[in-house]
Amino acid sequence: MNILVCAKQVPDTAEIKIDWENHTLIRDNVSCVLNPYDGYALEAAAKIKDRNPDTTITVISMGPVRAEEMLRECLAIAADQAYLITDKAFGGSDTYATSYVLAQAIQHIQKKRGMIFDAIFCGKQAIDGDTAQVGPELAEHLGYPQVTSCLKAEEREKEFIVLQERDNNKKVIGVTYPCVVTFTKPDTDPRFPTFKRKLAARKAAIPHISSTDIKGIDLRYAGIKGSPTKVRKTYVQATKTKGVMIESENIEKIIQELCNAVSKICEIRR
Amino acid sequence: MKDKKSNDIWVFVEIKEDGSVQPSSLELLNPGMQIAEKTKGKLVAVLFGSELQSAVKETAEYGADQILMVQGSEYEEYSTDIYTDALCILLKKYAPAALLIAATNNGRDMSPRIACRLKTGLTADCTGVDAEEDSGCLLWTRPTLGGNLMACIVCQEHWPQMGTIRPGTYKKKKIVKEHVEVRREFVKLGASRNRVRVYETIEEEGVPADLESAEIIVAGGKGLGSAQGFQMLQNLADALGGAVGATRGAVEEGWISHAFQIGQTGKTVSPKLYIACGISGAIQHMVGMSSANMIIAINQDREAPIFQIADYGIVGDIYKIIPEFTKKIVDIV
Ligand SMILES: Cc1cc2nc3c(=O)[nH]c(=O)nc-3n(C[C@H](O)[C@H](O)[C@H](O)COP(=O)(O)OP(=O)(O)OC[C@H]3O[C@@H](n4cnc5c(N)ncnc54)[C@H](O)[C@@H]3O)c2cc1C
Ligand SMILES: Cc1cc2nc3c(=O)[nH]c(=O)nc-3n(C[C@H](O)[C@H](O)[C@H](O)COP(=O)(O)OP(=O)(O)OC[C@H]3O[C@@H](n4cnc5c(N)ncnc54)[C@H](O)[C@@H]3O)c2cc1C
Repeated sequence: MNILVCAKQVPDTAEIKIDWENHTLIRDNVSCVLNPYDGYALEAAAKIKDRNPDTTITVISMGPVRAEEMLRECLAIAADQAYLITDKAFGGSDTYATSYVLAQAIQHIQKKRGMIFDAIFCGKQAIDGDTAQVGPELAEHLGYPQVTSCLKAEEREKEFIVLQERDNNKKVIGVTYPCVVTFTKPDTDPRFPTFKRKLAARKAAIPHISSTDIKGIDLRYAGIKGSPTKVRKTYVQATKTKGVMIESENIEKIIQELCNAVSKICEIRR
Repeated sequence: MKDKKSNDIWVFVEIKEDGSVQPSSLELLNPGMQIAEKTKGKLVAVLFGSELQSAVKETAEYGADQILMVQGSEYEEYSTDIYTDALCILLKKYAPAALLIAATNNGRDMSPRIACRLKTGLTADCTGVDAEEDSGCLLWTRPTLGGNLMACIVCQEHWPQMGTIRPGTYKKKKIVKEHVEVRREFVKLGASRNRVRVYETIEEEGVPADLESAEIIVAGGKGLGSAQGFQMLQNLADALGGAVGATRGAVEEGWISHAFQIGQTGKTVSPKLYIACGISGAIQHMVGMSSANMIIAINQDREAPIFQIADYGIVGDIYKIIPEFTKKIVDIV
């Protein structure tokens, strides 16, 4: 089985700056990490490989050269091969343009390697953009079926069996190959890289794919120009004025304050 | 799509698995009405299902000018493939100005596929939507970066303008209308097929009936220390006529199921009253509840970030306060 995992490098939520003029995020000088949900997708692929060692795991990311670091982490954890999709022409892509470029790059890699990926694994969402749209849009570009928000996946001969998390229940679903599956947080933590894999990952070659490499890519659909949505403005929401603090040893008094507060919202008789 | 044929505003009205109307879809008819007024178009509700009579009747009470009903056994259960195919056919036929969809599991699964097929933009998980009077351009507001940054997104050159909207952002609003046009649509699905099969549905125990629409929520975090703590919160919630919610911290401890989780990766709620018990106030939790009308936080750490957004911050031990408070409420109600 051949699995492709889409991984995005995201800023560590701690300290993020914003370019107010261009309404974009300043990602320089902010430490960057593998999007946690993509870690869950990679772990799901690794579990399949544990059971079936013939499995290959390929990771791709679209982003600046800095994202190579994160791809090495993926190689250290479980991936066999990684590609970085990087080009100025791809900058500022919204989810439509991002998924278009990813789909083009996937087809390019398939052609080059003379194979087809049985499944494309994505994170459910990236913790910076937070849209959870790239997975389904990628599935649409490729014409594949999709299952979103999965906890685990098991391979069968003709279909994947996935466990999907939903608002109020879970579903066991079968999906035909090739497909796109997006992953959410399972009960167990992803594995850590071994020392040996870390060393190998440091030396691994990570090919870059640019717009000129991908034959037939239509740049009208990529980057800022190819993005139907535009960020008109960004702002930091004004924080609410601080409320009343109640600090007392007297429980009786606290309860009275609580009742007073609650009675403003709902009718409780006093 | 590059063209639109009308200034109409469409709302996709989801039918839940039990056949009832998804309340968060009906909520969208409220902003939909105001937007349609500005764009000078009709407000159209679109329903898919196997048996729609009662759903259409209910939907008609919330302000739609027109209802498109697409009835057929193939729509009995939600399917990404079939719903996307059918909705795209209708959208191409009528080319409305905009489409609003509730950001439920299904809404967020289906919408990106539709947007991508129609080569249009989609704004995710909005907490507000409005329209510019002159241009008819929709202004979508959404939080990003785990709630740190708000963005206003527009999609001016492609149609329909699409967005998913967080449940609970707007309130359902009943409107008495003299005439609501109900139109039956027959969508001919060509070679479309459903490429996924549901083998089993695993129901979770004690799942909240409708956490998103609860007016009072008593939520617990890791400060509860055990699953029993949630029984204590349930007693208070019962006394107040509310529901129980939780942080991911508490869910990860295994004290309560994910269905109760509130926050970035759980549910978004905007009740009248939110009582946060033993919750530190991580940004990922606060994005899911900060729009509550009144927030009461009880935490023994006076530096806990939850106090930044609380209207009433009580520094103290939940185990000393909650049982007493519950008793008092039971006494007076
Ligand atoms: C403030 C702001 C608001 C925005 N709002 C919107 C909006 O409403 N609609 C919209 O279309 N765009 C929006 N964008 C643009 C969007 O953030 C980018 O397109 C981003 O590249 C992808 O979206 P995401 O981070 O939400 O990814 P998601 O869709 O949440 O990511 C899901 C999965 O897709 C894969 N993936 C995503 N990006 C990559 C990548 N670069 N390389 C490899 N795999 C990837 C990963 O597996 C990831 O887990 C916004 C941008 C900003 C700055
Ligand atoms: C990508 C991502 C997504 C996430 N999504 C979510 C989400 O959807 N929802 C969510 O909630 N979290 C989410 N989180 C996790 C979030 O960051 C926090 O870890 C989590 O909210 C903390 O839960 P908590 O407040 O219960 O626990 P803690 O942070 O451990 O806080 C416990 C609090 O209880 C107080 N306390 C202890 N004992 C008592 C007592 N007896 N009386 C009073 N107070 C007491 C302590 O002072 C402390 O402030 C997400 C994280 C990530 C990285």
